[in-house]
Amino acid sequence: MSEQLKHNGKASPAQITYANMLFYGAWSGLGIMVITYLLYVSGLISPHVPLKEIPLLWSQPVNTYLEIGNVPHGWGWTALIAKGDFLNFVGIVLLASMTLVCYIPLIPSLMKRGEKGMALMAFAEVLVLALAASGLVNGGGH
Amino acid sequence: MKMDHLRLPAKIALFALFGVLLFAVAAYASGNETASAMAAATDGAHLGPDTGVAWWVWPLVLLFFCFILGIIAVLAGVGGGVLYVPLVSGFFPFHLDFVRGAGLMVALAGALAAGPGLLKRNFASLRLAMPVALIASSCAIVGAYLGMALPTNVVQLCLGGTIMFIAILLLVSKNTAHPVVTKQDALSLALGMDGAYHDPATGELVQWKTHRTLPGLLLFIVIGVMAGMFGLGAGWANVPVLNLMMGAPLKVAVGTSKFLLSITDTSAAWVYLNKGCVIPLMAIPSIIGLMLGSFVGVRLLAKAKPTFIRYMVIGVLLLAGGKALMKGLGI
Repeated sequence: MSEQLKHNGKASPAQITYANMLFYGAWSGLGIMVITYLLYVSGLISPHVPLKEIPLLWSQPVNTYLEIGNVPHGWGWTALIAKGDFLNFVGIVLLASMTLVCYIPLIPSLMKRGEKGMALMAFAEVLVLALAASGLVNGGGH
Repeated sequence: MKMDHLRLPAKIALFALFGVLLFAVAAYASGNETASAMAAATDGAHLGPDTGVAWWVWPLVLLFFCFILGIIAVLAGVGGGVLYVPLVSGFFPFHLDFVRGAGLMVALAGALAAGPGLLKRNFASLRLAMPVALIASSCAIVGAYLGMALPTNVVQLCLGGTIMFIAILLLVSKNTAHPVVTKQDALSLALGMDGAYHDPATGELVQWKTHRTLPGLLLFIVIGVMAGMFGLGAGWANVPVLNLMMGAPLKVAVGTSKFLLSITDTSAAWVYLNKGCVIPLMAIPSIIGLMLGSFVGVRLLAKAKPTFIRYMVIGVLLLAGGKALMKGLGI
């Protein structure tokens, strides 16, 4: 980033690009979430776990919910996308993906300016977020 | 009805009311469906108690509750997640696993919506955020797994202690609008942690740089783990570290902290999502309610008495922290 640009109080072009991508992605995600939720609770699209059963499950640990509700974990929800409850994950996943998507253009932009250290940092962040999203790292559960 | 005569908060409140009504009608319409038989409980897993409350009541209550929470959070200058997790886990029938999953989504959605404006006005600095975010988001994954692996009562106990600590932090911390940074340290210089922004309040161009960068970055290890473990968001910790320790001006610290949440909470949110800890029926009304509440809160900010609300929130946090501690102790 040029010193002049950095100290004139204006956001850098890379920061503006990031902001624009985030704006459209985040509000699209929220909009999709509202629409799919209304489709879900109205019963227009039938859910995988019946609505009346969920209050019996959400007071229990997650493993009970997965087992009794026959709910898949990880990316298994994609197979059930036609079901009202899992259709909601389209908006949720879009929101959770936005940071990763916005970080990708930063890498070539920083490289072009010769900021290899920062570009490496952006690449590492993409890897961290992709690893978290992949579900490859497995841990315990209640 | 002519909407032109209404002020913006009233319009938003009307919009929220319309949303609630729409939800109620939609929920009522689907209320006649017959409950299909669910797989029989096996291997010790069993259904929770039937409270006798219709399924659609809880999301509706949650939407309204989070709407109020959103207003209070803005007026008190705290993030939604820090109020959401202790209060919802304390006073609603949801298991902590789902409350933390929804809490992270609430904090994430708020940060994503606020991020673009903060970045464009240069109140959030990408340069300042990138190194911090890499540390905090990596550690948030560790925190999320730790939170999932530890017994629920242990997490409740830690959550109670953390909430009480946050309440005390809010009570005693005195942020500085423009901290004095006499010399930018070598690490800050190497990472380019400096910049400038136009302050609309004074019309001045404010130049800033950071110091004590290494201890500041190390603190983000702890902040990341806690954000992931409890699903709280971490604005309560980001701001004092960026402002008081590293010397970023308050506006840059607050803006960058909010933007940082969009990165830190993303990594932890994925862990909770992949583990099945996000139930849309409760998570989505929480997100929407809190966001609508935040919009109204911002508009009310000019008229409200923030000091009173801040003390009220500290009181509520102490109460919620105490309740979480008691839950953890099985009292």
